[in-house]
Amino acid sequence: MTQESGKHISLELAGITKVYPGAIALNDIAMSIRGGEVVGLIGENGAGKSTLMKVVSGAIAPDEGCIVIDGQEVSHLTPARVNQLGIALVHQELNPFSNLDVTANVLLGREMRRGPFGFLDQAAMQERVAPILEMLGTRFGPKDAVSELSLADQQLLEIARALSINLRLLILDEPTSSLTLSETNRLLEVIKKLRADGVAVLFITHRLAEIEEVADRVVVLRDGRNAGELLKDDIDKDTMVRMMIGRDVSQFYEKSDNEPGETVLELKGLRTSAYPHQSVDLSLRAGEITCLAGLVGAGRTELARVIFGIDPIEGGTIEMSGEAIAGGSVPAAIAAGICLVPEDRKGEGLFLDFAVMENIAIPSHEALARHGFVDTETVTQLADDSRKKLQIKASGLNRAVAELSGGNQQKVVLAKWLAMNPKLIILDEPTRGIDVGAKAEVYHLMQELAGQGVAILMISSDMEEVIGISDRVAVMCRGRISGILGRTELTEENILRLAVE
Amino acid sequence: MQKKDIGLATLVISVGAIVALVNPRFLSPINLANTANLIGLFGLFSIAEAFVIVTAGIELSIGSVIALLGVIFVDLIASFGVPWPIALSIVLVLSVFIGLLHGWLITRLKLQPFVVTLCGLLIYRGVARFYTKDGTAGFTFGSNFPTLEFLVSGRTAGVPHSVIAFALVAIIAWFLLHRTVFGRHLFAVGKNVEAARYSGINTNRVIIQAYVLCAFLTGISAVFFAMYTRSVQPSSHGNFYELYGIAAAVLGGFSLRGGEGSIVGVVLGVILLQVLQNLVNLLGIPSSLNFAVMGSVILAGVIADTQFSRYREARRQQIAMAALEDSAKR
Repeated sequence: MTQESGKHISLELAGITKVYPGAIALNDIAMSIRGGEVVGLIGENGAGKSTLMKVVSGAIAPDEGCIVIDGQEVSHLTPARVNQLGIALVHQELNPFSNLDVTANVLLGREMRRGPFGFLDQAAMQERVAPILEMLGTRFGPKDAVSELSLADQQLLEIARALSINLRLLILDEPTSSLTLSETNRLLEVIKKLRADGVAVLFITHRLAEIEEVADRVVVLRDGRNAGELLKDDIDKDTMVRMMIGRDVSQFYEKSDNEPGETVLELKGLRTSAYPHQSVDLSLRAGEITCLAGLVGAGRTELARVIFGIDPIEGGTIEMSGEAIAGGSVPAAIAAGICLVPEDRKGEGLFLDFAVMENIAIPSHEALARHGFVDTETVTQLADDSRKKLQIKASGLNRAVAELSGGNQQKVVLAKWLAMNPKLIILDEPTRGIDVGAKAEVYHLMQELAGQGVAILMISSDMEEVIGISDRVAVMCRGRISGILGRTELTEENILRLAVE
Repeated sequence: MQKKDIGLATLVISVGAIVALVNPRFLSPINLANTANLIGLFGLFSIAEAFVIVTAGIELSIGSVIALLGVIFVDLIASFGVPWPIALSIVLVLSVFIGLLHGWLITRLKLQPFVVTLCGLLIYRGVARFYTKDGTAGFTFGSNFPTLEFLVSGRTAGVPHSVIAFALVAIIAWFLLHRTVFGRHLFAVGKNVEAARYSGINTNRVIIQAYVLCAFLTGISAVFFAMYTRSVQPSSHGNFYELYGIAAAVLGGFSLRGGEGSIVGVVLGVILLQVLQNLVNLLGIPSSLNFAVMGSVILAGVIADTQFSRYREARRQQIAMAALEDSAKR
């Protein structure tokens, strides 16, 4: 235990500046937080939230500015020092060691030993971890294998890890983006409990309703600068959105009024390997936005993967414009006019180290090539057109996609498919982890495509979004479609009832 | 040419200049022709290795394949009297078969490239030694094949034909890797195989093609080596050649994680390794230190590369910071 233990933390940042080649990530940021306070940190993607968190957690050093902790200026934060001060960061992307059990993950690097040979003291470690899990109300125990935990449970595991040090400041970077409603509520309860214990919680999220519920204060960032603060009584959604994007968002969700056209995709008795005994019948029409709702694990992503040819068909047929397509082949699906924007943007959607141009062009190369040779001029033209059309913010087409913000990365994924003139676009959680402004742009783009006669199938766990933009919602439950709701029947209760049927 | 390639070219020229200054015999026509001949021979399979490495794979059986196919080539001609064009065709067909087998095992049975080709290294070497009963496969005394010898080990205007073959292969390889759709797909598969699948690339086919291409070039290389040594001693012929190819590729900027590298780089890497070997001979360094010198230079090159990129990163940071302060003053 260190000298600071037990005391409530006070953290102040002033004049924090961090510059990357081609972009100013943070420009003269000021912020403070004290023990027993929950502060929400919001802003669009690329506003600098994640960079600021990296500064506080010691992962990167700011180029300028000072950090004052407990009244003492700290010139240089390192991860070890941060640990000592009782500051813990739970990352947006979870990286648990799935080959170890819960206890080993929670106490990683701080294992307890016994005996002359320093063997691991499993019993003492489990004894130490058990009360933490109890306090969090987890459904898993200290001996469970991490590989079997759901995303939500992995999140709680990370928080348990944070609690196992002498925690004074907990930083949560978009913890709820992959959680279901009940899991989110459980997490918010944990945050309230921590606040009562005098822990400071810094909470980054795109879900403003959560901020309204738990935050005592909100700090808004925009383009790497402070865009203002709100105290508890002033916190409301519209104000926050206005501060984040610097203008009003009128008509955030728009509904198209175009008449759906001919049937584009027809699934007949389709079965997937995830639920080999359930068959799915579904037809999608041109110009229509259909949403696939349901709980996590209902088989929505698996269905999308089969339609796109990533996974083989277990049974039944997929027809595009009346013609059956061969299952299990992505090239065949693309040739039939199907595109998929995958859920895992960084792992499946993009080549992070490759240039923006190469990422956009990759599926188009074959069509644009002359005798197998890449036509650089046409490819550049294509990428440049896409950038203008989708307003991709990048300092150049030759910059690596990794340098872009999440929203702009998603636009690059969209751009690569739009260049193929698809008939059907499947979007798997297209707005997860992207900011309000980029979300609105994605919705707008979906409407525009629908207007051009493209059939759209969106998988989403965000109720508001599902109700806001779909023409039709197909609800999945344990591998089958439990019901289809038309525009007039779209309510949260109706969807939930079908989802848990 | 990429920045990395320019750095490597500078290194090749400076090492060459130092050797030439210390021992002028380096520049003698005989020495140059011999070194060039070796560059050509070793270059062929180094380019082969590069095509596999760029897909994040590895091919460890190159040396053994050179021994096995070399034995078969010589034996077909010497013992069975097969005309050399047919023997050549048989060897090339066999090489394609080996490539297909490796590709199939890696993509369909999902085995790791390291394991598959390590087993290949052991199997082909064993088969080659068994085939000749551990003896040497050689041409019968006095036999000669003027056309074949001219094509493979002859010279035109003093330039060894192995160099010409290497140059042709390098040019074709450059276009293939850097200018064709197939090349883009190789890079994509090497960088992120999942994203490549989700982009509609037939990743298994691309990987199999890379292994077939590698084995085919190795087959050509096997014939060149067999004609160079004129007799194939299966227990030592081609030993460590795969490591030599990997070294040349790594020197040339290929990452073993895949998705990076250039043909110009691997060509320069091959040249550097041969010049170093020459340096050991000409400067009177004990030849037992040969591998140690090679290893040290590769290590130094890789360290220098990472240090340079860190330095460039820091300088870009400074420039960006200065620009920000400038705009703040205004």
